Amino acid sequence: MTNVADLAAIAARLRGRVIEMSHAAETPHLGSSLSCTELLVATYWGPLRIDPKHPLDPNRDRFILSKGHAATALYATLAERGFFDPALLETYDTDGGALPEHPGLQCVPGVEAATGSLGHGLPIALGMALAARIQKRPSRQYVLMSDGECEEGSVWEAAMFAPAQKLDSLVVMIDYNKWQATGRSDEIMALAPLAEKWRAFGWDAVEVDGHDMAAVLAAISREPDGSGRPRVIVAHTVKGKGVSFMEDDNNWHYRIPTADEVRKARVELGLPEVPA
Amino acid sequence: MRNAFAAAITELAAADDRVVLLSGDIGNRLFDTYRDRCPDRFYNCGVAEANMTGMAAGLALSGLRPFTYTITPFATTRVIEQIRVDICYHDVPVVIVGTGSGLSYASLGPTHHSCEDVGILRCFPNLTVLCPADSAEVRPAIEAALKLPGPAYIRLGKKGEPTIHDTPPAFEVGKGIVMQDGRDVCLLGMGTMTSVALQAAKELEARGLSSRVVSMHTVKPLDEALLADAFRRFRAVAVVEEHSVIGGLGSAVAEWLARRDGPHPPLVACGTPDAFISEAGSQAWMRARCGLTGPAVAAAVLARLGAAR
Repeated sequence: MTNVADLAAIAARLRGRVIEMSHAAETPHLGSSLSCTELLVATYWGPLRIDPKHPLDPNRDRFILSKGHAATALYATLAERGFFDPALLETYDTDGGALPEHPGLQCVPGVEAATGSLGHGLPIALGMALAARIQKRPSRQYVLMSDGECEEGSVWEAAMFAPAQKLDSLVVMIDYNKWQATGRSDEIMALAPLAEKWRAFGWDAVEVDGHDMAAVLAAISREPDGSGRPRVIVAHTVKGKGVSFMEDDNNWHYRIPTADEVRKARVELGLPEVPA
Repeated sequence: MRNAFAAAITELAAADDRVVLLSGDIGNRLFDTYRDRCPDRFYNCGVAEANMTGMAAGLALSGLRPFTYTITPFATTRVIEQIRVDICYHDVPVVIVGTGSGLSYASLGPTHHSCEDVGILRCFPNLTVLCPADSAEVRPAIEAALKLPGPAYIRLGKKGEPTIHDTPPAFEVGKGIVMQDGRDVCLLGMGTMTSVALQAAKELEARGLSSRVVSMHTVKPLDEALLADAFRRFRAVAVVEEHSVIGGLGSAVAEWLARRDGPHPPLVACGTPDAFISEAGSQAWMRARCGLTGPAVAAAVLARLGAAR
């Protein structure tokens, strides 16, 4: 499915889910889950070759949510995409449940790596890319990172290795929402100019509006250009996207929405009212 | 031992197309034959151990059997986070190989010493910790690690260590190898210190005490049956390790002992002190300074036996 209007409707539904999960479980990182929704939807309903009925097919593409704190967005995506019963989302962050605040490896079908500690997803994806090459499998590897995550040294170790090995099966997305936990990501570290950094490291870097579904789809769907350069999409996003009173307000890195805020958010997202 | 590792991994990779070797830019020429025979399964990962370790997890998640290989502190303590999360939490069959362990690289200074690696790594769930005693134990240790469903750490010396086995030993994970038997004292050697334990046994022999000497090549899981027997049968049990007295095999045995009821013979812990050894010097000089020679270990055992009398 690559009808952009349909994908936008899915994104709105996922945002509603994510906000409800944060409210019900009283868990933080809501702003971070809302900024990467289009990136997840474009990938899972776009080029990612996966079959929810055969989640461990060795020839499948791999998606790694390296910014594991956006777990609610991943769980909601996987449920919507048919990897597991959406009713399971109601057990998110409950005692003894399968869905912790950061995803564990195969905690539900479709979770390809345990993340939560930043700077781990890209090296793991590089290993998967090398494996695909060794095993002569057609798999591609998609990694979603945060901008703050790009402060981790391991990211740049991986960034230097992948072009040396011409690992152009990789597609990295950076959710550049300009915030990290306690401040502006461009002020805390000299992150900008981010795309130029990746280019200097030998990557095929493009910048897109991370909420423009068609632009994201086009960027992640482009075939490797034969140069061997892996691809990175620097997606300019808004933390808390989709809800006016959350957008670009970093309090929503930690804040938990009230029941009233959940209702207001659903109205703004164009979602039907949830029965009280 | 590193030559034994190179020879073994070269043959195993040729026989098993799941084996992938990741090197942290060391072993110049050491893996030339491997690279000739399996060019698509050797990667020099540069001076970037965090990425190397994370990639190993990704390779293992895809069904391959990667080995990471570099100087011990860089293969282990530098990348503790990646070992803990990417390898142990994912519970994937990566084999981490550290070369030049303990004080093997004495003269290079504390940046290149590794006397804390076992203490830290054995805390991690799912990880098997192997310390082969000599070149003859290297290959069976690698073969055993390759058969494990989860991750392993193999702690190697450098080169020129004394060979204590005349023939390839029967090697089983979690089962110490009895090198010689005795009546009075049990000496447990960790890795390359088993040869020092054998020298200590000779010293004790001259003082009228006979010793059982064991290559405790597996620090985790501990050979509890062997320990139970040793603490029942002998007048003293000594651990000899080129590792800090905090956290290593001696600590592991002490933890095990503390959970048991009843009196027991003394545990003599011979290891490196809780200090960085920053003076220049050879491995032999540093071992002597730490009391890690045959005569020094024998003296420590005799002192404890005298005190216990």
